[in-house]
Order: sequence, then C-alpha cells, then structure tokens
Amino acid sequence: MTSAIPAKTTTASSSDPGPRLDAGNGKTNGRTRRAPQQYSDRVRAERRLGWMLAGPAFVIMLLVTLYPILQAIYESLFRFRLTAPDEREFIGLGNYGVILSDPVWWSDLGTTVLITVITVAVELVLGFALALVMHKALKSVRGLLRTAILVPYGIITVVSAFAWFYAFDISSGYVNNWFGWLPGIDENLNWFAQGPTALFVIMASEIWKTTPFISLLLLAGLAQVPDELSEAAKVDGATWWEQMRKVIIPNMKAAIMVAVLFRALDAFRIFDNVFIMTNGAYNTEVLSLLAYRQSISRLEIGLGSAVSVLLFLCVLLICFVAIKLFKVDLAGTQGEK
Amino acid sequence: MTNTTTRGKVLWTVVTILVLIYALFPVISILATSFKAPSDLTSGKFLPTSGKATTSNYEQILVGDAQGLFLSALRNSIGISLIATFIAVVLATLCAYAIARLDFPGKKLVLTTALAVSIFPVISIVTPLFNLWRTIGLYDTWLGLIIPYLSLTLPISIWTLAAFFRQIPWELEQAAQVDGATTWQAFRKAIVPLAAPGVFTTAIIAFFIAWNDFVYGISLTSTEAARPVPAALAFFTGASQFEAPTGAISAAAIIVTIPIVLLVLLFQRQIVSGLTSGAVKG
Repeated sequence: MTSAIPAKTTTASSSDPGPRLDAGNGKTNGRTRRAPQQYSDRVRAERRLGWMLAGPAFVIMLLVTLYPILQAIYESLFRFRLTAPDEREFIGLGNYGVILSDPVWWSDLGTTVLITVITVAVELVLGFALALVMHKALKSVRGLLRTAILVPYGIITVVSAFAWFYAFDISSGYVNNWFGWLPGIDENLNWFAQGPTALFVIMASEIWKTTPFISLLLLAGLAQVPDELSEAAKVDGATWWEQMRKVIIPNMKAAIMVAVLFRALDAFRIFDNVFIMTNGAYNTEVLSLLAYRQSISRLEIGLGSAVSVLLFLCVLLICFVAIKLFKVDLAGTQGEK
Repeated sequence: MTNTTTRGKVLWTVVTILVLIYALFPVISILATSFKAPSDLTSGKFLPTSGKATTSNYEQILVGDAQGLFLSALRNSIGISLIATFIAVVLATLCAYAIARLDFPGKKLVLTTALAVSIFPVISIVTPLFNLWRTIGLYDTWLGLIIPYLSLTLPISIWTLAAFFRQIPWELEQAAQVDGATTWQAFRKAIVPLAAPGVFTTAIIAFFIAWNDFVYGISLTSTEAARPVPAALAFFTGASQFEAPTGAISAAAIIVTIPIVLLVLLFQRQIVSGLTSGAVKG
C-alpha cells in the first residue's frame, strides 16, 4: 500500500491537518522548517489530485439522486396535476395527509413488507444452500454450477417475469396441467385473478432471479471462514449441524447481514414483476407501483412526489434499523483498507 | 473424502442436476414458448406440439410486422446501455484509483455516497425527472435515459473497482521507475495490465444492470425514439388486437437473453470475483 515517501507522510499528516503543522513549525528552528513545508505542499497536491479524480463521479452521483429527491420534496408540497397546470397550489403537507389517511397506502405498504420479508427469508435459506453446494462441490462440477447459478442473475427481470407469467397463465401455461394432482390446483385455476396466488408467482419469480446474488455473497463469506476452525470442530466430534451453528454461521455473520440488508432494500423497491404480472390488481400493488401510477399514469405530480418521498423515507428507516439493531457495519467492512 | 465414494458421487450428480434445473428451467420454459405456433399456445403443454414448432415468432419480430418495434428497442437498449456503462466505468476508474492510491479527506464520504445512491429507490428519482425532462426536452431521448442510468451503474462500478484497485501492489510502479521507466511508462507497463481485468469485469456488471432497467425505461420514454427492450416488451401488442403477443414476446425475450448468457458463460469467473469483492470485502 505505502508508495514510499509521499504516501507515508500523507497518512501521518492526514490525521492532523494544517493548523498543527504550523504550530510544529513555530517550535522547530529555522533549519528544519523547510521539510514539513515541502511535505504539506505534496499533501495538498495529492488532496487536489484526489478530488480532481474522484470529484466528477461524486458530483454526478449527487446530481442524479440528491437533486431529484430535493425536487420531489419540493413538488410534494403542491397540489399539482400535469393536465391542469394552472391550478397548481401550495398545500404544505396536505398530500402526505391524503396519502397516510388512505387505506390504499397502508395496504400497498403491507404487500410490500410481506413480499420483502418472505422473499428475503426464502432467499437466505436457498442462497445459503446453493452457496454450500458451490463451496463443497467437486472440482469437476464447480465451474458448471457457478455458471448455471449466474444465469438467473444475468436474465432481465422483465424476461424472468414473463417466463413465470406464461408458465402459470391460465391460457398459455402448463403449470395447471402438470400439478393438477395437487389439491387446489386444477385447469381452471387462474393464478393472476386473486391476490395470494398472484403474489406467490410474483415472489417465486423474484426469488429465482435474485437468489444467485445472495448466494454469491454468502459463498464469499463461507470462503472467509478459516478451515482450521471447522476442522477443529470436526475433531472435537461436532455434528454437521453443530459446526454450522457454532462455527460457520457466527464467522460469516457480517456477510449474512450485508446480504440480507441489500436484498431487503432491493425487494422493498420491487416493481418489474408486479407490473408485468398483475399491474397491481387484486391487492398485489406495491409502493413503487403506487408512486408510478400516481405520477406517470395519472400525472398527479404532487401526490406522486409525496409517495416517492415516503418510499424513500421507508428505505432510510430500514437502513437505520439494520445498522442500529443488527450492527451492520457497511462502511467499516468495506470502506477502509 | 466422502465425495469420492460411489454414494457421494450419486449424491453430487443429483444435487448438480437439481441446481441446473433450478437455474435454467424458466429460461428453457420461455424458449419452448417462443417456438409455439399461435394455435398451439393454449395446449397446456410445456413443449410445442410435435410438428407444430415454428420460427414464425422470430420472423415476426426480426423481419415481420413487429420488426420496427423490436429492432428499434434493441438498438436503443444496446446504445444507451453501452454509453451509460462507458461513462460510468471511466468516471469510476478515476474515482477508484484516487480512493485506492491517494490520500485525501472525504474518501469515506465518496464511498458512503455511492452506497447511499445504490440503495435509493429508483421510483423516487423517476417522478421528479419525469416532470423535469418534459420541461427541458430530455423526455424520450437517449440522453434522458443515459443520465439516470448513471445512478444505477456508477455506485456499483466505484465499489467494485475500489475493491479491485486495493489489491493491486502499487509498489510495482516504483520498482519499474527504479529500473529506469518514466512515470507514465511505469504506470502503463506495471499497473494498467493489473487493473484492466477489474475494469473489464466492472464494465460487464454495469452493463448487466443498465440492460436490466425497467422503471426508467417505461417512465421516461414514450416512443421508439428511446424506449429500451425491457420496456418495449411490456408494451408489446399482438399481430392483431385479438391475439395475445405471447409468442412474439417470448421470442424477443430469448433474443435479449442470448448475449447475456454468452457473457456469463465466457466471463463467469471474473463476474463472480467482481461481484463478491465489491460487495463483501475490499
């Protein structure tokens, strides 16, 4: 890491910036004064270069997210419909009042939370199983397994949604035909005409598409558990389950937490599958779809912006809870060298 | 050790087959649908009825009446995703180099911002952009999608590349300079070859993400001028209004899936290392 002199001095001086350097200068005699001065020029040059290189990406990230969210907050304070621009009127938090007192918001929130909780729970178990399979697989099939598991990750969510939709659809599907022997399934079952069955297919598609991501994260976590630990447990006579519970899982807690948080945030924003399969009919509407419907379909910019802001606040809340409650150290595990 | 016994082998074969079915079944399912003739779509069978398999769905979207719709969407998707990927990777490379190599205050701020941007709900960005783009004329244009796509591609590119660049032994550069190379030569000969695979992997991952976008695609476009494939699929209509476009959508889905599957097959090792190093540990 250390690239000879400049890097070393900068790491030292970055923790104690300008003022202290000067104070030091005052105490030292004239002969040594030049050296720190020179270093601090270098420090300054390096800092400038750092920001010159990182700056454009940083500014663009702010422009494409911070600016729109500020705009959304501003627009959410108006009664504003694009088809009637002259009637634009400042109503303060009125839009929020309308939304939060509307049962649609709460029902959509419930659906979104339900999808998030179920998909993340299933994906965690399934993803862990797949990770174990990849971890323990014979060398000869390891590559094949990894490639296969990567396929769903690469598939477009919309394509995955159509694949599942057509398989279960009452006219073009074959699922009713295949699983007719199961109680409750017959050729007349229309999966997308009622909430629970539609949600089942929506979640199945979401799980299929995103489990690879979680299982790759968990595989990386598994690889970080020192072999000696499980060996030692084995020598001590621990069963497979005990090894898992006492050695493997505690040692990859960080990876599990990160995977769960990322997937939870992702699932909370679910949109594509629902849009394709039911478009929110039969109580399958999620919050992203509500925001879309308000602003882009109904052109209710004010209400739509307020939904967007509320959705954003929900995501922040999830992050906050995860970091406080589960001590997920996002920046720590990844940020520092 | 148990792996080498016969029982172990049988077990592993079964497990491997199960995983393959899990991963590939939906893809094969839509592939089978794409070869079904319209009259065969309601057969309730997985495969096209023998003798009825047809490529007419592919003809319809590639040379037939849905050609305009599909090919323009394909062109938009390729163009917009490539440009967004290129911009993101160039900016992220500079940024990640600075993070891995230089010392400047605010490093952590840049990484945290990238993290925050990546968890941002896309729909919260779309609503204000929809209005703004209409006002300033970016609605339904390539640029109108490229800019918001950066919110998807930039953060993950920065994280992945920063993780890659941290593993590069930067002392090599010094060593090359000691051996008489100029600063630029040292950088080009010693560092670029080590960094290139990471940059390439990041580009593939960023491209996947841009190619996958749906929310921006349906919200910020309205015509063939800029509508990308995923959005176009959702708004496909059949040959006539009485015919569901199931076959045509399946064929189109297969065509946009092929390049992705090829990329996965060719670069699976790099993709796995890129994804996991960016997301789990630097």
